[in-house]
Amino acid sequence: MTTETIKLTSKDFSSDQEVRWCPGCGDYSILKQVQTVLPDLGRPKEEFVFISGIGCSSRFPYYMDTFGMHSIHGRATAIATGLKATRPDLSVWVITGDGDSMSIGGNHFIHMLRRNPDLNVLLFNNQIYGLTKGQYSPTSEQGKVTKSTPMGSVDYPFNPIALCLGADATFVARTLDRDPKHQQAIIKRGYEHKGTSLVEIYQNCNVFNDGAFEVFTEKGTKKQETLMMEHGKPLIFGAENEKGIKLDGFKPVIVNVADVSENELWIHDETDLVKATILSRFYDDPSVEGHFPRPFGVFYVNNNKSTFDELFNNQIEYAKESYGEGDLDKLLAGRETWVVN
Amino acid sequence: MSTVETTLESVVIRFAGDSGDGMQLTGTQFTNAAALFGNDLATFPDFPAEIRAPIGTIAGVSGYQIHFGSTRIHTPGDQSDVLVAMNVAALKSNIKGLKKGGVIIANTDGFDAKNLRLANVPEDQNPLKDGSLAGYDVKEIDVTKITRAALADSGLGTKEIDRCKNMFVLGLLYWMYHRPIENTIEFISSKFKKNQAIADANIKVLQAGWSYGETTEMFAQRYNVAPAKMEAGIYRSIMGNQATALGLIAASVKSTLPLFYGTYPITPASDVLHELSKYKNYNIKTFQAEDVIAGICSAIGAAFGGHLAITGSSGPGIALKTEAIGLATMLELPLVVVNVQRAGPSTGLPTKTEQADLLQSYYGRNGECPVVIVAAQSPADCFNMAYEACRIALDHMIPVFFLSDGYIANGAEPWRFPTSDKLQPIHVEFAGERQATDDKFMPYLRDEKLSRPWAVPGTKGLEHRIGGLEKQNITGNISYDPENHELMVKLRQEKVDLVANYIPEQTIDNGADSGDLLILGWGGTYGALKTATAQLIAEGYSVSHAHVQYLSPFPKNLGELMSKFKKVVVPELNNGQLVKIIRDKYFVDAIAYNKIQGQPFMSIEVVNKMKEILG
Repeated sequence: MTTETIKLTSKDFSSDQEVRWCPGCGDYSILKQVQTVLPDLGRPKEEFVFISGIGCSSRFPYYMDTFGMHSIHGRATAIATGLKATRPDLSVWVITGDGDSMSIGGNHFIHMLRRNPDLNVLLFNNQIYGLTKGQYSPTSEQGKVTKSTPMGSVDYPFNPIALCLGADATFVARTLDRDPKHQQAIIKRGYEHKGTSLVEIYQNCNVFNDGAFEVFTEKGTKKQETLMMEHGKPLIFGAENEKGIKLDGFKPVIVNVADVSENELWIHDETDLVKATILSRFYDDPSVEGHFPRPFGVFYVNNNKSTFDELFNNQIEYAKESYGEGDLDKLLAGRETWVVN
Repeated sequence: MSTVETTLESVVIRFAGDSGDGMQLTGTQFTNAAALFGNDLATFPDFPAEIRAPIGTIAGVSGYQIHFGSTRIHTPGDQSDVLVAMNVAALKSNIKGLKKGGVIIANTDGFDAKNLRLANVPEDQNPLKDGSLAGYDVKEIDVTKITRAALADSGLGTKEIDRCKNMFVLGLLYWMYHRPIENTIEFISSKFKKNQAIADANIKVLQAGWSYGETTEMFAQRYNVAPAKMEAGIYRSIMGNQATALGLIAASVKSTLPLFYGTYPITPASDVLHELSKYKNYNIKTFQAEDVIAGICSAIGAAFGGHLAITGSSGPGIALKTEAIGLATMLELPLVVVNVQRAGPSTGLPTKTEQADLLQSYYGRNGECPVVIVAAQSPADCFNMAYEACRIALDHMIPVFFLSDGYIANGAEPWRFPTSDKLQPIHVEFAGERQATDDKFMPYLRDEKLSRPWAVPGTKGLEHRIGGLEKQNITGNISYDPENHELMVKLRQEKVDLVANYIPEQTIDNGADSGDLLILGWGGTYGALKTATAQLIAEGYSVSHAHVQYLSPFPKNLGELMSKFKKVVVPELNNGQLVKIIRDKYFVDAIAYNKIQGQPFMSIEVVNKMKEILG
């Protein structure tokens, strides 16, 4: 292979199709960030494949000038697993929403995570069904009043990050549509991870669930309500970074940074599954007194688990080494034959 | 002592016992011995869905029937000549299928008070003692006792010793029918190579069975069944699911595409997975997915990536694949869907056979979603039609249903296997690289077969998007244009119809090309219909038999072929499916003949029905 430098721009990744999300939709930002990150990955664009299911977010592949498939509701993960298993040379991305991945596609979603194929999954979480015009989703808060739940939804919501950690995902992160820089950094890290990278993106649906995440994005509340995790750094938040998290045994406690010495604060360690699990449970309703801030960034990375596509294809190679390349005539004849004259 | 030697043209033996008695293994071993001897044969394993139903009960009876002979054999036989009954339940549930005067080899230990109770035999009765078997030739043997005696010094426990009982019966039958035991000895040695004591025990009991025939006076007759006069060539024994797997592998090798099989275990399709998973060194990649839907979806992913993509299932599993078959149709990617049909809706009768998924294959999807459908007619024919399914899928960029059924999937027959150079070539060409200066790539531009280019990811300049939304013809862009939708629906149908130009014409299997009655069959009923037709012709009736392997589209001459007969009858193991399509498509007043019992046709019932129709 020649090592010609590929100079691509975000424009090279824009297809000629008109983008048809509602004006003001958070999806626009995600599309833009992906188109910004991809040219810098040093990879020819024909190697990128975007697979989506059904839902607003799943229109995404049509707007990318890469290979793409807009498939069936909930099944993008299964299709992508089949593609990556057979074509490990490709960079395969899954675009999915909260309904697509956790309702109808819940089964494939958890099994993809446990198998760990080298896929990049962008989970657009807007806590609502947009394409079907506004029913509650598996991540909608309990009591959500929608067209299908006029008296409020009685369902308890999923906690996507906790679900992914429970399914033994090897890369779990959360970012926001309104924070382009953070989003780009997290998407890039997801791409670099070998194994399934799961990036949950809080995405505003300005038509059916406007402002669902505004406490995490608006100036007045953002610093109080978000906990930006960085590996090796203490977990601090607040308008002046005046608050921090301390672990009292397995119990997280909010402290004033001024009241504790620096080494008493919880230092974020992405490789610690137990701590990631505790962080994933920072999922309180922001209106509740004494709630924890919502963490963003990388919760957990496990670099020690082989990918599904590796293991899957290693067996093929191992079989060839052990038994030699298959000989069809030998196979057709089987072990016992007889001759009729 | 002296034994009388008799030569027979053909023999039907039915092995019946408890699920744990090893009857399937006994049957397949006898099958191999008969095949290697050169007999033609057909088999019918008939087992319960439960892995271990309560011991001794009727529900737990597992049967294996083999019909072997010196003439051509097309069915496992309507009735058996010999019934091996390892217990009362086995006798009770199989005696109906034994010929009057037939031989019963009864394991007396399986007829004790406990077994009689478990088989719900009234208290004062015992078929071995109450004279109810007077019309049969009953050989009572305490197989359990003899097996235990033979292995008294083996050091094995009673449970392990009792598991060798089936080998006694097998040895005895090998003696009765002059079959060599060496192959089975070899089989046992290899199967238990890690447990020499068990291997030795099985071999010892096998030999004890042989010697029992030789020394006791109970068996005064031995039978010779000469090798069959079959077409010259090299043969092997093959089961349907095995042949299906080989057909798929052959297509993979001939097309030089690696094969991906995405599936989820289900009876009776699972053996296709088991078989394929053995051949990883042939570039065969099998994926046991988390569910049936992921099975087909992963295959669609593999098809997009340029593999020969297959999915397989049965019964309700096929229902679950419906939506994804629709997607594959829209994507116009090659995909083979293996459906090893089983009986009934929902869970139905998982281990029983039926051909009730034809209409589902034709029409069972939302919108109008035509696919190609082919069906195998016998265990060995699974190879041919699985290969054809792949060839058509790849040549025409289209999903193809390959229909098998539980009966041929588990049945075995001799197979004059082809050499690889005799297989029809399969040429696959992916769309080539394009430069920025070239015209824009059009993913739905069609060739003379109306098939679109296979543009696999990783190919420079071919970036494109496909999906389940209606496509604009040629560009492949999303299109809600009314005229375009109509065009695309018609194009997808036409694409299927055009396949008729690339498949063989329909032939008459047996009989004249015109006459009073055409028996038009499809799928696994082939053997029974062939046997029945031969008998009817021999009796002077004007009857012919044609068996359809290409069901969508039909061979181009099918209409004309049917028009030469006064009557057309369509026998099917369903409530009338092919007959509906034939009537709809050809305006032929075809007569339905149906059996819906989870069991194959017996040739005698076909013969009787045809006579009734002929008047």
